[in-house]
Amino acid sequence: MPQVFGPSANTLAKFSLVVFVFLAVGGLCALDAIHRSPYVRYTELPRSQPVPFSHKHHTSLGIDCRYCHTTVEDSSFANIPPTRICMNCHNQIWTDSPMLEPVRESWRTGESLEWVRVHDLPDFVYFDHSIHVNRGVACVTCHGRVDNMPLVWREHPLFMKWCVDCHRNPEKFVRPREEVTNMTWEWPDGMSQAEEGPKLVEAYGVDQRNLRLTDCWICHR
Amino acid sequence: MKKTNSESLQGAQAIVSQATGEDKNVQDGGQFFWRNLEELNNPPDPGELAESAFPPVTSGWDDVSRRGFIKVMGASMALGGLTACTKQPSELIVPYVKPPEEAVPGQPLLFATVFCLGGYAQGVLVESHLGRPTKVEGNPNHPASLGSTDTFAQASVLGLYDPDRSKTPRKMGRPSTWQRFLGDLEGMLADEASGQGRGLRILTGTITSPTAATQLKAIQELYPASTWHQYESLNRDNVVVGAKLAFGKAVDTVYDYAKADIVLSLDADFMVSSLAFARPARDVASRRNPDEPDRMNRIYVAETNPSVTGASADHRVPVRSSDMEAVTRAVARGVGVQVDGEDTVEAFDAFLQAAINDLKAHKGSSIVVAGDAQPPVVHALVHAINHELGNDGHTVTHIRPVAARAENQTKSITALTEAMKAGEVTTLVMLGVNPVYEAPSDLGFEDAMGSVPNLIHFGLYFDETGRHCHWHIPEAHYLEAWSDARAFDGTESIVQPLIEPIYGGNSIHEVLAALAGNAGMRAIDVLQEYWKERGLLTDDEKAWRRALHDGVIAGSAASPNSIDALSSRKRTSTSITSDLPAPAPAAEGIELNFRADPATYDGRFANNGWLQELPRPITSLTWDNAALMSKSTADELGIDTQRGARAIEKAPTVKITKGEQSIILPVMVAPGHAPRSITVALGYGRMHGGRVAAEDGKAVGTDVNVLRTASASWTVADLDVKRTGAIHMLATTQHHPTVQEWDKIKGRHHYREGTISEYTKHPEHPGFVHEVGHTPPGDMTLYKQKYDYSAAGTENAWAMAIDLSKCIGCNACTIACQAENNIPVVGKDQVLAAREMHWIRVDKYFEGDVENPKVHNQPVPCMHCETAPCETVCPVGATVHSAEGLNQMVYNRCVGTRYCSNNCPYKVRRFNFFKYADDKEEWRKAVRNPDVTVRYRGVMEKCTYCVQRINRTRIKAKREGNRPIGDGEIVTACQQVCPTQAIVFGNMNDPDSKIAKARKSGLNYGMLAELNTRPRTTYHAKVRNPNPALNGGGAGHPEQSSDEGNDHG
Repeated sequence: MPQVFGPSANTLAKFSLVVFVFLAVGGLCALDAIHRSPYVRYTELPRSQPVPFSHKHHTSLGIDCRYCHTTVEDSSFANIPPTRICMNCHNQIWTDSPMLEPVRESWRTGESLEWVRVHDLPDFVYFDHSIHVNRGVACVTCHGRVDNMPLVWREHPLFMKWCVDCHRNPEKFVRPREEVTNMTWEWPDGMSQAEEGPKLVEAYGVDQRNLRLTDCWICHR
Repeated sequence: MKKTNSESLQGAQAIVSQATGEDKNVQDGGQFFWRNLEELNNPPDPGELAESAFPPVTSGWDDVSRRGFIKVMGASMALGGLTACTKQPSELIVPYVKPPEEAVPGQPLLFATVFCLGGYAQGVLVESHLGRPTKVEGNPNHPASLGSTDTFAQASVLGLYDPDRSKTPRKMGRPSTWQRFLGDLEGMLADEASGQGRGLRILTGTITSPTAATQLKAIQELYPASTWHQYESLNRDNVVVGAKLAFGKAVDTVYDYAKADIVLSLDADFMVSSLAFARPARDVASRRNPDEPDRMNRIYVAETNPSVTGASADHRVPVRSSDMEAVTRAVARGVGVQVDGEDTVEAFDAFLQAAINDLKAHKGSSIVVAGDAQPPVVHALVHAINHELGNDGHTVTHIRPVAARAENQTKSITALTEAMKAGEVTTLVMLGVNPVYEAPSDLGFEDAMGSVPNLIHFGLYFDETGRHCHWHIPEAHYLEAWSDARAFDGTESIVQPLIEPIYGGNSIHEVLAALAGNAGMRAIDVLQEYWKERGLLTDDEKAWRRALHDGVIAGSAASPNSIDALSSRKRTSTSITSDLPAPAPAAEGIELNFRADPATYDGRFANNGWLQELPRPITSLTWDNAALMSKSTADELGIDTQRGARAIEKAPTVKITKGEQSIILPVMVAPGHAPRSITVALGYGRMHGGRVAAEDGKAVGTDVNVLRTASASWTVADLDVKRTGAIHMLATTQHHPTVQEWDKIKGRHHYREGTISEYTKHPEHPGFVHEVGHTPPGDMTLYKQKYDYSAAGTENAWAMAIDLSKCIGCNACTIACQAENNIPVVGKDQVLAAREMHWIRVDKYFEGDVENPKVHNQPVPCMHCETAPCETVCPVGATVHSAEGLNQMVYNRCVGTRYCSNNCPYKVRRFNFFKYADDKEEWRKAVRNPDVTVRYRGVMEKCTYCVQRINRTRIKAKREGNRPIGDGEIVTACQQVCPTQAIVFGNMNDPDSKIAKARKSGLNYGMLAELNTRPRTTYHAKVRNPNPALNGGGAGHPEQSSDEGNDHG
């Protein structure tokens, strides 16, 4: 009876097995890469907003983060400014600017401005801003150099691993509470994060007994 | 020497029985609990047990071949992973334009307002997230609440968002507008004005609101010939008429249970159904502290239908409703009141003698109370008894009626219907009532409506009555509209809205204003006008704001001696009983009793899923009403009550006939029900209550109002009851899987109970709280303990203690947890499959004679075991332990193996078999608590010790300078709502905290502690105070020496 498969079938079989393994592994790597890419994580992507609000411009005027993000020290939710805060100044400055028309219209009609949310964690993550700010985690640590952003983009991918890196070692990221909103702050000469960090963690009472900062229910309740 | 087989077998058996605690010496001396009739008489055989553990409802895949199954599973496996391959969708973030001053996004605000039931007020604090009310709490300042609420108040927030609420005014059934209504009304009133309002009738429920009362008076003055009628399905006619019989005028009676040493209840479920809502339970609980044995009260209950009050009684007898009068007369004669009647009732002689003697020994510090359903003569007799015992002025005080007009409401609606039939009524305005459903059936209210040319209905739903009316106006919910109300003791409060009417409703005050000729006046204006006159609203608004802030108007409670007529008339018990009719003859035959339903009340909550699914007290019934009767009655009727492990569900139905009318209901044996008596709950069979109340043409439960007549609105005698042969599935949770091996109760002792005398003999080591088996020593465990829970390792170690002496089994904790934690409603079919999702449930065990058993209530939340069996078996690490002792359930990791639930000996873990939580309808999103994850299909959930509250307070304390968390600063939802404050929660590493002290008590024990689970939720054994003269009143073990415990050590 004639053979159905010629001798080359062996080679083909072995070859395709190897290729299949490569494809499988490669496919998984590709999926992983996609998931870490700016496409999925929204990093490096300035988001267009109803009003092209420039943090770069407004911070250069010397306005503190907390003037607009009012509840960042008291609440889990940092809040973005209601229209009233914009109008505090803009009923006197740039009152005719076409760029600010949506703001004025919102003020007139009572319809809220619908901003695109840049830093958005999944719904099963319950992040509390106030405790981070009160423990000396700076704005720039998570949000990047917002004072250089004409339009806001997400600086960090906000992976859980990225959060847990700090939760496991808060002494690597904590700075004095007074300097939390300072975008360009660095340790003065003679002091370093490695030395001062642990002292601050102690001083601010960050409790690391029982690995509690890595308890699931701190964030995932 | 090798052991023979039988020897080694015996040895093995000895080891096994020792390990499981089956001590052969405790055979008949131990408690024997049963949960339903099958378990009482026939221990279930293994086959049936298996069937009950896996209900047939779940075996759905009958006709799938193995090959087909593998195909489907393979495809699911392949596709399953891909569903996770989505990008997180981009979201909008939308701030306010002009933010309210106090609103901090992320922090809720609490507003004080008042929840009214039957017109009477219960003060509440409502939690509002960004303007949306999400949770109701009690108001510590309010006398009817003291910080707790009942189940109806908890569920009321769901009713606010109910999409079946009426959303538009309707003229002849077609959508119209409020303005058009005002126009039409003007015309109608103009016609009435010419006849002085002769044809104008207003029908409302019980009105206590001072503003509404003033408005009604103004309308009366404008139309002198018009009449105002009141009718509630659950009215207090008998109380009013009884008071008139006794005192010559209507009074409201305020009972101070905190001062009572002895309480005798005659069919009064005062712990949960009274005008004072949660207050009596709290007051009674304050007198049931085992550590204050001298202050411990004693409760006697004579009732027809087993109730929450009867379950917490020290002594209880089942008495037919028709026989209650004879019992009351016997008590009256026993304490010295001169009335006709027998000196005792044969069947309850021992009980009566003990009660009478106790009452006489505690003159001035006892309470005798009668239920609203009892005939007026019983109420009058009770007034006489209280007076004779010297309780008047001490534990019992009479005040001017809280209602604006206390009257016989059945007479009122009868007069109204007569007038309608006679053609005298031209304009009928019905405000917040549903007479087509609720009015006594023999009146023919619906037909009489045909004779009225102008019918106006004002209500929350376009219900049975609204459909028959020319005009229907949607009512605003109490959370949406301004009003005021009075509580059981006269305290006045302002009803403060939290949100603008979601569905465009109006307040009752706006309708009344329109009737009084002030159309267009807003409710707040009407209210402020009234309170300005009363002096509360002054120019500086200080007192007004304080009243709104506190939730009560200070100093408004009625003073006890405000009844002039009573003090002027020389009151003796003889004068009270001088006008009483002769004793009624005993009614033979089976009687039928109508009672309020613990879930739907009188039907108004029929569309509330939370309440429909709440297991009723004693019967644990959900989604239905049934003909509740005793086993002897069921046997008499030829109903086989023991037909297999799940007979309780497949209920035979009976047809109950009186004259021309009949109803068909499934039978349910309520252990402890009076013989030859049937109790049915009102409030079911509503075809037009909404999509929950009736689906696909089938209503939930049966409407029993057809048998309810004006002359017999609480008890109907001489019925004809026959089996129909049909079966109706009753969804009850009574036999659902519960704590492991509870049925081998001899030796397990989940529920421990003793008497006060046993406790006081050995308070550190009471005999009834002895250890079971050998609890392994503190640090012995198979798994390495990761955490140090001592004060050195963690500041906070959360623990909970539940005091069984205080728990009455009212289920308020269950529904509060549901409201706080976004627990879904699963529906009747799923409850039949034992898939109800309640995180805390109240387990009920019966003990003793099936005709009058003792009822034991035990709330079971998650035990948060330190060595949790669920944690070690999760393959993906979705349940792990926290540093502070909480057993964490991480929803996003869970893949749904359900091994954790399998391993949990307490069966407190609930699995989302289907997507019970709806994610499409907007209104559902509004009612949910934003601080708690909404669980999806395939995810396990369980009690979290309200971790959202713990986290919020912990962060707050850290923000405020790392201060320690105070005792009582974190209150779990179940703890907060409990009327008796039976639940204690806190940090056990704080030596001064209540929980630390509670855990040291001799009564403290952990359920199934011998399994080495080390539960953080512990119980305090129940301590009863039985009368030593009465046999069988004691509970638990016969007297044991404290050496018993040491033998096992």
